Amino acid sequence: MIQTVGLLLLLSVFLFALVNLAPGGPLSGQGQSRHIDPDKVELLKRQFGLDKPLPTQYLIWLVGNDWMQVDSNGDGAMDGYGTRQGILRGDFGFSFRTRQPVLTEIGQRLPNTIYLTVVTMLVAVLIAIPIGIISAIRQYSSFDITVTTFSFAGQAIPEFWLGLILILVFYAWLKNPFTGDPLLPSGGMTSVDSVGFNLWDRIVHLILPVLTGALGWIAWYSRFLRSSMLDVIHQDYIRTARAKGLSDWGVLSKHALRNALVPLVTLLALDLPYIFGGAIFVETLFAWPGMARLYYQAALERDYPVLMAVLIIGAACIILSNLIADILYAYLDPRIRYE
Amino acid sequence: MAELSINETSLTNEYTQSASMGTGVWKRFRRHPGAIFGIVVITILIVMALLAPASPYNPEASDITSRYESPSLRHIMGTDALGRDLFTRVLYGGRVSLSVGLMVVAISIIIGVPIGALAGYYGGALDAILMRITDAFLSLPSFLVLILLSAILWEIEIPMLSGNSVLTISLVIGVFSWTTFARLVRAAFLSIRETEFVAASRALGGSDARIMIRHILPNSIGPIIVEATLEFGYAIIEESGLSFLGFGIQPPTPSWGNLLSNAQEYFMKYPWLAIFPGLMIFFSIISINYIGDGLRDAFDPNKVLNKVGEV
Repeated sequence: MIQTVGLLLLLSVFLFALVNLAPGGPLSGQGQSRHIDPDKVELLKRQFGLDKPLPTQYLIWLVGNDWMQVDSNGDGAMDGYGTRQGILRGDFGFSFRTRQPVLTEIGQRLPNTIYLTVVTMLVAVLIAIPIGIISAIRQYSSFDITVTTFSFAGQAIPEFWLGLILILVFYAWLKNPFTGDPLLPSGGMTSVDSVGFNLWDRIVHLILPVLTGALGWIAWYSRFLRSSMLDVIHQDYIRTARAKGLSDWGVLSKHALRNALVPLVTLLALDLPYIFGGAIFVETLFAWPGMARLYYQAALERDYPVLMAVLIIGAACIILSNLIADILYAYLDPRIRYE
Repeated sequence: MAELSINETSLTNEYTQSASMGTGVWKRFRRHPGAIFGIVVITILIVMALLAPASPYNPEASDITSRYESPSLRHIMGTDALGRDLFTRVLYGGRVSLSVGLMVVAISIIIGVPIGALAGYYGGALDAILMRITDAFLSLPSFLVLILLSAILWEIEIPMLSGNSVLTISLVIGVFSWTTFARLVRAAFLSIRETEFVAASRALGGSDARIMIRHILPNSIGPIIVEATLEFGYAIIEESGLSFLGFGIQPPTPSWGNLLSNAQEYFMKYPWLAIFPGLMIFFSIISINYIGDGLRDAFDPNKVLNKVGEV
């Protein structure tokens, strides 16, 4: 626990140093996208507290400045207490781009990312499990060989290319035979003109992004489950189960599958952050209003408060998912005990 | 080779005998059809990239008279918005993407192997500190950090590193790719430092540096080679991803990723712009993965690689 907190603090120092590495600090990027005259930059620096030494700035970023005098209008004189509460109290500051609180921005986008991620994972797992099982119990059958070849291919297709090809095929080439419109939409979560909640419209908009995001995971999980099944079915307890007269199906569902799924569950927890990392391609390609696309836009405009917030939250999620994986592993496999 | 003969009696493991290691590995590797396919494909891709200057077309000079020509005998992959021959640009892009891959592997080995070696060999406080640093790197959403880092470096004027050059992008990716090497090497060092041939070398007065470099390192080469192969593939994907989003190699220098990125605007009308660069990424990754798979089998995974998962 102490280690986890220490790790997060270390990461926060690292990220803070990284952003301030740019000469002129986090405001330097403003010069790239739009022109600001130097006097204005000085004013902004005083307003954002960027004229203070770096350790002080870090402290303010971490715990806020509502306990110290600040220069809120940038005229060079202190005029009252600050209003920032620091990231420890959930205040990630304001976006340079939209002037909205960063947390509000993230709050608007995060549910969309979770929605897409959960559907993608469900689809990936539901397809990968049967494929992996059949591959393992029919090892070296033509099904197994075909699937293994395809899973190698599936893992080698970059998501951003797959997305482009899918848009090409299902949006540009294939047409709906009744209306002549493109078969599937190429972006967005819902149609622009849709009113209220329309399940069909939602599903149609999910197909291409989910397919793009899931293919690599289907390939990876089916290969993983295949090898974990192969490990299990050569164990003594499987022979015992067979020897006591259990049917093939009984052996499979009661003994083999349960044990083979344990590593998959922990793997899922470990992979969650990577799925989020990969979401940046899916979300930018399909104009999905999620957190990864927010990060992309923030990076284009050097919106450092948003970038820092997403990274810190992302790091916390990775640490959390590692922890969950450990706990799940111990819970699902009673042979493992942590001291 | 006096130390190695002691080793032979204690560990009758083909893998630890450097005399027979190369031949044994090659024998098993040859029997892996996927790996041979991979070697053939990646060799073709590398030779094509090396021969890029032999193309009659200039990769960066535009020719307005031949914009958006579809693939033909004259331009086998068609031409782009500025009338440049796409095949030539794909070849030059291959030079960029493959060299980023190689440099990332080199950088991550240079950082990761010494860290893992010191941590595994000395253990104790040094190990704890080095592994916490490794954990910190592993806890970052690395691709997002890569985006941030290349966005920042874009604006800094450092000699050799300005403007997201091949070197900059390789450094950025490399700095976030060494962690697996550190973990693998640490695990290998942890187990090998307890063996008798290490004790023998120490008894003969071998220094720590000598033991690490002459005795332990050659015996942990298997996982390092396998990981280097896979890392080569990851690095190509990461470079193309960064360039695809516009944070990697900048046009007019072509890379497979920024060729795809440029294709985005008009690919529905001119699909070859999107199809060919992606195919190159696909073929290089699939062949690298097959080679990695073959190497893993050849180096006998049960002996070393499985241990890594436990440590």
